[in-house]
Amino acid sequence: MRPFTYTRAATPAEAIGSAARIIAGGTNLLDLMKHQVETPDRLCDVNHVGLDRVERDGDGLRIGALVRNSDLAADDAVRTDWPLLSRAILAGASGQIRNRATTGGNLMQRTRCYYFYDIDAPCNKREPGSGCAAIGGRTRLHAILGASDQCIATYPGDMAVALSALDATVEVEGPEGRREIAATAFHRLPGTTPERDTELRPGEMILSVRLPAPLGGRQIYRKVRDRRSYAFALVSVAAAVGMKDGRMETVRLAFGSVAAKPWRAIEAEAMLAGQAPSADLFDRAADVVLAGAQGYGDNDFKIPLLRRTMRAVLAEATQETM
Amino acid sequence: MEISLTVNGAQHRLRLDDPRVTLLDALRQHLGLTGTKKGCDHGQCGACTVMLDGRRMNACLSLAVMHDGDAITTIEGIGTAEALAPMQAAFIRHDGFQCGYCTPGQIVSATAMLDELRQGWPSQMSADLTAPQFTDDEIRERMSGNLCRCSCYPNIVDAIRDAAEAPA
Repeated sequence: MRPFTYTRAATPAEAIGSAARIIAGGTNLLDLMKHQVETPDRLCDVNHVGLDRVERDGDGLRIGALVRNSDLAADDAVRTDWPLLSRAILAGASGQIRNRATTGGNLMQRTRCYYFYDIDAPCNKREPGSGCAAIGGRTRLHAILGASDQCIATYPGDMAVALSALDATVEVEGPEGRREIAATAFHRLPGTTPERDTELRPGEMILSVRLPAPLGGRQIYRKVRDRRSYAFALVSVAAAVGMKDGRMETVRLAFGSVAAKPWRAIEAEAMLAGQAPSADLFDRAADVVLAGAQGYGDNDFKIPLLRRTMRAVLAEATQETM
Repeated sequence: MEISLTVNGAQHRLRLDDPRVTLLDALRQHLGLTGTKKGCDHGQCGACTVMLDGRRMNACLSLAVMHDGDAITTIEGIGTAEALAPMQAAFIRHDGFQCGYCTPGQIVSATAMLDELRQGWPSQMSADLTAPQFTDDEIRERMSGNLCRCSCYPNIVDAIRDAAEAPA
């Protein structure tokens, strides 16, 4: 690790507007600092600022930025009314990591692109303008949607995929005040500025994540990966489907580890809503999701994998119960 | 800088010359508690598992300075050679190790994991998120943050099941 100075904030106000890098659980940031991928001069520890409660917010829920992943997944209201969120969190990391990782920190985790982690390799995300070693390199974990000729990294998290499907918002505060960012718009596609993962501005801090009223219906988070547990997704699917009279009434669909952000499939949702489920319809909806999909060699398999996983999840979500 | 750390019930004052010292290095190098092991040092293997206020965590992925005022439990606080904890006795009974390097982390992790299960925390193996069952699949899933390079996993699962069923 490179040297840094450390301060502990007692209130959010002490962290907001600071030029110091915010550290919460530290499970990703410290790992990156050990690899010298991240080299902050100053760390501001926000573990003691509060913001650690899950509270009712009208029909919805307000989740403090410092709520640990374990606590959020085990929260009674989340388990009962937003099970997709519990499922997504529990699909990620290990028990030890979930006990430390926070809601805000989970959103801020960085890509696991091998070349981003290798400080001897060119990487436009780590060092803008240096090039991209992933393009033409090993790409098993990489994007098939929304990539650019500057960067093909994926956002690796699970929780944010569920938050996108659930239409959550991220409440942030900076020197210029508070604002809310839709979870679907919080992470960015790389374009020509892959060094910016999110819409968070310098000096801003995440205060909370807000969930709107429960969706009901059947909620499924399916994560396909190289190991059954404690591995990042190759493709994940978050789905919430409410049925009425044999037709899909509400449909929410988001995909993980296929782009630099959770990939919400609004067009496919609109195509499915109001229709009776069928394999043919699911296939045509997958065509819509995959329009413009591009493989980079090793990850070509993700295109059929996304299609098949989406079909399987929709079939399960729309199955009549016996 | 100086921090206060309660480890296994004993309070310590530690002088750190650099905030880069991890909790793991503070335990091993500053306090001489070498039961907690350094495996990968990147939060992947679980050899450094300790408890913070009874909850398991990777000591390698946290800075000591972030734990000023905290209470930590290490393997030395779980049991001793003279007075083994039920989980330690179960690992011996079931031969839940070969080289033994990952064992302290396995035992601390398993001890805290059983507590999580008793509190009803779900896992991705729980068919019903509100009522997790105690099964071997649940044990395996919940222990996925602890690797055993000797691959003693079947015996580790047996040991944990046995310790869970033993009277506390």
